[in-house]
Amino acid sequence: MNSAPARTATLCLESLRVSYTHAGSAIDAVRDVSLAVRAGECLGIVGESGAGKTQAFMAVMGLLASNARTGGSVRFEGEEILGLAPDALNRVRGSKLTMIFQDPMTSLTPHLKVGVQLAEVLVRHRGASWADAQRAALRALERVHVPAPARRLKQYPHELSGGMRQRVMIAMSLMCEPALLIADEPTSALDVTVQAQIVELLRALRLDSGLSIALISHDFGVVAGLADRVAVMYAGRIVESAHTALLLRGPRHPYTDLLLKCVPNLRAPRGARMPSLPGQPPAASAASRGCAFAPRCPRASDLCRAERPLLRGIEPESEVACHHPLEP
Amino acid sequence: MSAGPWREAARALRADKGGVAALLVVALLVAAAIVGPALSPNDLETLDWTHVAADPGFAHAHWFGTDRLGRDLFVRTLEGARVSMAVGLLAGIVSLGLGLAFGAVAGYVGGRTDDLMMRFIEIMSGLPLIFFVIFLNVIFGRNPFALFFAIGAVGWLTTARIVRGQTLSIRRKEYIEAAIASGARTPRIILKHVVPNVIGPVIVYATLTVPQIILFESFLSFLGLGIQEPRASLGTLIAEGAGEMEAAPWMLLAPGLFLVALMVSLNIFGDGLRDAFGQRR
Amino acid sequence: MLRYFLRRLAGAIPTLFIIVTLSFFLVRVAPGGPFDEERSLPPEIAANLQRAYGLDQPIWTQYARYVRGVLHGDFGPSFRYKDFTVTELIAQGFPVTFELGSIAFGLALALGIPLGAFAALHRNSSAGYAAVSLATLGIAIPSFVLLPLLALLFGIYLRWLPVAGWEAGSIRHLALPVVALSLPPLAYIARLTRGGMLEVLGSPFIRTALSKGLPLRTVIARHALRPALVPVAGYLAPAVASIMTGSLVVESIAGLPGIGRYLVQGAINRDYTLVLGMVILYSALLIAMGLVVDLLYAWLDPRVRFGQ
Repeated sequence: MNSAPARTATLCLESLRVSYTHAGSAIDAVRDVSLAVRAGECLGIVGESGAGKTQAFMAVMGLLASNARTGGSVRFEGEEILGLAPDALNRVRGSKLTMIFQDPMTSLTPHLKVGVQLAEVLVRHRGASWADAQRAALRALERVHVPAPARRLKQYPHELSGGMRQRVMIAMSLMCEPALLIADEPTSALDVTVQAQIVELLRALRLDSGLSIALISHDFGVVAGLADRVAVMYAGRIVESAHTALLLRGPRHPYTDLLLKCVPNLRAPRGARMPSLPGQPPAASAASRGCAFAPRCPRASDLCRAERPLLRGIEPESEVACHHPLEP
Repeated sequence: MSAGPWREAARALRADKGGVAALLVVALLVAAAIVGPALSPNDLETLDWTHVAADPGFAHAHWFGTDRLGRDLFVRTLEGARVSMAVGLLAGIVSLGLGLAFGAVAGYVGGRTDDLMMRFIEIMSGLPLIFFVIFLNVIFGRNPFALFFAIGAVGWLTTARIVRGQTLSIRRKEYIEAAIASGARTPRIILKHVVPNVIGPVIVYATLTVPQIILFESFLSFLGLGIQEPRASLGTLIAEGAGEMEAAPWMLLAPGLFLVALMVSLNIFGDGLRDAFGQRR
Repeated sequence: MLRYFLRRLAGAIPTLFIIVTLSFFLVRVAPGGPFDEERSLPPEIAANLQRAYGLDQPIWTQYARYVRGVLHGDFGPSFRYKDFTVTELIAQGFPVTFELGSIAFGLALALGIPLGAFAALHRNSSAGYAAVSLATLGIAIPSFVLLPLLALLFGIYLRWLPVAGWEAGSIRHLALPVVALSLPPLAYIARLTRGGMLEVLGSPFIRTALSKGLPLRTVIARHALRPALVPVAGYLAPAVASIMTGSLVVESIAGLPGIGRYLVQGAINRDYTLVLGMVILYSALLIAMGLVVDLLYAWLDPRVRFGQ
């Protein structure tokens, strides 16, 4: 990654590692991730479950389990935040650096009213009074187009639909005008129609405020609609990153290529087989020589099995970690 | 009944140092109660007038001291422990049997019968057992059978609930339907198929029940509603000891500490057992 | 909320009625009567006694009289303590028992919950293990052993507190009994709180609360505590039952003039009306506690209010 954009990046991960020890053996959830999210841009992070996408960003937010070990560096607006004590981290967490999660059903506190859960962010970070904060909460709900916002403030999360809950989560994350929003699979638990609405909402909010977004998803459709650039993760590492349009048109890494082919194609002829990726991603506990994708890669060679390819820039703003990248 | 979960549980149990230690302590206490009195030069009834309310020591061969009448506390305590443990075991079996029968029938027959039986259990769980015992006492006076029945009633509710739950889940299984189709009668089905599969969790909860029973029996004896003279259980001894605390503290300390040791180790072992079976509640 | 409460109340009244009826008939079914223990009486005197206590009436008449009496707060005369009615005995002893029991209950909650929360938050440290061990001990040691031991230590050896006895308004006399009575429920509540807290801390909504930059103490107090206490709420009625049972023994050891001794003595003396009155009183208390717990559940988890 060239350092010039990295220095001005809102979020910069460098050689981030996350591992766990369990009963004597180590589990590497994130092996080596370096990426940057620049001001105002949306970076999509794609990959199968278990690739380490969520773990990397849980490390950024300081939400890892207590038996997790981290390495590398995470800089937010120039400041190192990896390994910070909770008190120090809480200065940016929830205000300038926020996160929304996959499951709106269980991500809101069931016994607190929606208004309280929104207002407490401002009370905590801006020292606002509860009354002022509730008013701001009302405006926040309007901003994310929740119908009848005044009534919603007094309701409990279980009284809202899934889509509305996700809007509430988004509103909660925007209360203090963050510089970066991490969105972890924000649409995966929602109906397809609602998914489109949420994606549209996020796009509008970005245009409106110049917010940066780190969008984690296994769904290329969502990523295509929102992200400026995409980073593809496999087995705890980044295997390719490029501008979205470029990546979608001409993926360089065989894994990306197969992933794209797996997106169900509504225009394919009936009876055509749906492509799928053979095999399974490697277990996080397995350490391997050579490229982690080699066992499943149609282009794998002996070199691939012997030596792990490093991330190399091929074009400006594009990198791939492969010995035999595809031609554009 | 697959061997898999049992072996896993056994392994987990062996790894739990606290649980193993507790089991050893229990074994030690039981052994002491069985063998101990034979080892002592004293016996249960002899009054040693030269050593009244004595402190423990080796010189006068009264290892736990003596009581107000000069009776050796070592022998008295261990004999009392024997009574408590015997009652605990026997009443435990009664409780197990009751719970098993009740739960199996409720779970197997289902429908209105099950509803009624469960309502009954609900109401019974709300009432403290002591009231039930007091009722029995008021009605039947000092009847040893009534006492036994009352003590056995400790814990049968939980056993019945677990058995019913297991029975309900087993009832749906194919081999039960096959048995019914082949004409087997209900009691036979319950006995041959339901009971063996339910024994597992029940035994685990039995380890909880036995200390509860011992505790309850001691409690009743303490109040004077339990075991009658001349037989004394730990509860009776503790009651005597509490009354003579100032003059002869060891009358309280000997049976009291024995009971505490027994209860604590049974509880720790029971916890460990339930952890091993993944049924910690 | 109000309708929910009224519905539960309506269900509780028949239960109490059933208990009264069942108790009445069970007691009457018993062979022998309350005067059998005494020296055999000449038949005319026995008959007079029977008439005086209404025992010669048909059973249904006795039942009707009894129920009418209960509704007016009259539980009849004690068969044993000849000069007193059951109501008088209760009035004398209940305040003491109530004071003892409610302080013990309050203590169990006030100390048990923080202990359990502490154990959950420090689960991998030695302080956490110590808390758990303390809880295990508290559950295992019976109160009728603990109280004499405490009295031995603090009353006889250290001479800090009185061994037994009671004076109105004296805290020193209540101290040891309250400790012995509150320890088992305290330990159990600590255990339940620890378990509930550990489970809640793994929930997604706690992760959300932390991601909002709220300090841990706010997350615990505002987001984690209420759901963590649901198991404790379920234990409250059994806790009261346990304290009731324990008070029987504690009062007798510590020489407290409460109503616990009446229940035990009533059983030994086969004093029908006294036992009956006690049972009704205790049952009413338990049922009331059950109602309180239901209300508590609705507050702890709003989903319950909507009948989910």
